[in-house]
Amino acid sequence: MENDKNIEQVLKIKDLTKSFGANHVLKGFTMTLYKGENLVIMGKSGSGKSVMIRCLVGLMPPDSGEIEIMGHDITKLKQQELDNLRTDLGFLFQGSALYDSMTVRENLEFPLRTHKEKLANAEKLVLEALENVGLTDAIDLMPSELSGGMKRRVALARAIILHPKIIIYDEPTTGLDPITAKEILQLMREIQQKQGASSLIITHDVDCSRVISNRMILLIDGINYAEGTFKELSSSKDKKIQAFFK
Amino acid sequence: MIKSLHISDRIKTFLIEIGELSYFAGRFFKEVFVKPFEFKELLRQCYYMGNRSLLLVSVTGFILGLVFTLQSRPTLIEFGAVSWMPSMVSISIIREIGPVVIALICAGRIGSGIGAELGSMRVTEQIDAMEVSGTNPFKYLVVTRIMAATLMLPLLIIFGDAIALLGSALVEYLKGAVSFQLYFNKVFNALAFSDLIPALLKSVFFGFAIGLVGCFKGYNCKKGTVGVGEASNSAVVFTSMLLFIIDFIAVFVSDIFFEI
Repeated sequence: MENDKNIEQVLKIKDLTKSFGANHVLKGFTMTLYKGENLVIMGKSGSGKSVMIRCLVGLMPPDSGEIEIMGHDITKLKQQELDNLRTDLGFLFQGSALYDSMTVRENLEFPLRTHKEKLANAEKLVLEALENVGLTDAIDLMPSELSGGMKRRVALARAIILHPKIIIYDEPTTGLDPITAKEILQLMREIQQKQGASSLIITHDVDCSRVISNRMILLIDGINYAEGTFKELSSSKDKKIQAFFK
Repeated sequence: MIKSLHISDRIKTFLIEIGELSYFAGRFFKEVFVKPFEFKELLRQCYYMGNRSLLLVSVTGFILGLVFTLQSRPTLIEFGAVSWMPSMVSISIIREIGPVVIALICAGRIGSGIGAELGSMRVTEQIDAMEVSGTNPFKYLVVTRIMAATLMLPLLIIFGDAIALLGSALVEYLKGAVSFQLYFNKVFNALAFSDLIPALLKSVFFGFAIGLVGCFKGYNCKKGTVGVGEASNSAVVFTSMLLFIIDFIAVFVSDIFFEI
């Protein structure tokens, strides 16, 4: 895929570094996400995956490096420009992060409030997003009334309601039972096919990577240690790579 | 040596916190005048803070007036000054005791509530989710809460003062056979605008302090669920201390302008 120069690059990270005191988490991480692909980034717990995506969406400033999203270097953007760019990103948080004082409907309407023209069609967009995740019946429930799997589906609906060009998934299957995890992965594939968005999936779940990825990156020791398809990486003889697939 | 280091560290931490709180307050003033204005959320917060504190303020105010009058009565009788009771109680409650006691109660009720709510939103990544969706969480969560506390505290204090005077009037009615009409006539004769205005201005600052510290502690909450408890607890402690400092400054300034 990297060799195919006709495919548009939607996200590019170059030499990203981030340290917390003496703890150097990212030591020059580099990657590219192409239009329409599902890229999985795998790494052990504490390897800096979450730090990397927090830098990526502007929740944390990197120490150095470039982060380019659809041609914009986000480290150089003003707050308003960053907020505008963020509407092209969907983010599924590890713990779903639903607003617990709001109903499912209000949770889904929330990202629309900065778009007057979309807010006018809020009802239609909310129903469409909930239909995509099969939860139209839960529209007036509070997050506390939902199961873990339902919460993750609602969070997914909220992430896709603005039809983002890039969807970022932070550990989408963590904490779910195997059946619900499979359902979430199936939904992710369906949404990707329907909306044609590029997906960046952060996980340490090998099954998730096998099912969903077009391409994988292994984040080891703060760098892009290895890159390739699931088949290529799982057959590697490198011990550090093998450790992920045992 | 170890002890002095420990104390100097604590002073340093305290000063850093004051600096961060000032920066947080500065950000509030920067954002409060910038569009979009979150009127719906502001009204919702006003409703929660006002409506949910009403019963607590009523009970506290009523008991305050009742106890204050009961405790003062024997001394005033001894000096043959029991007829001064309405004047004494009203001036004390309106000027000082009412605003301070009700603000302390609200620091516990409203300040800790804001600290816990925002703290919990921070540790469960709800604030991050707002930010990622392109919404300014500071404007939506912090500005509205500080504004609501600033608006609602004076109203709660006026209401609490009125209930405290009612409690005092009830004691006078039962113990001294003073009618409610006579009691309140004496109250209004004793009060001047110079008693009401500083107290009202003071209560605006009390409300601002409660909202500001609660939001500051909750918004910057760290260390997971333990941090939520800490945020809620320290919001009350810090606010209570701040309320007394504001009260001291308010009395000092009132003395200059109104010659108490």
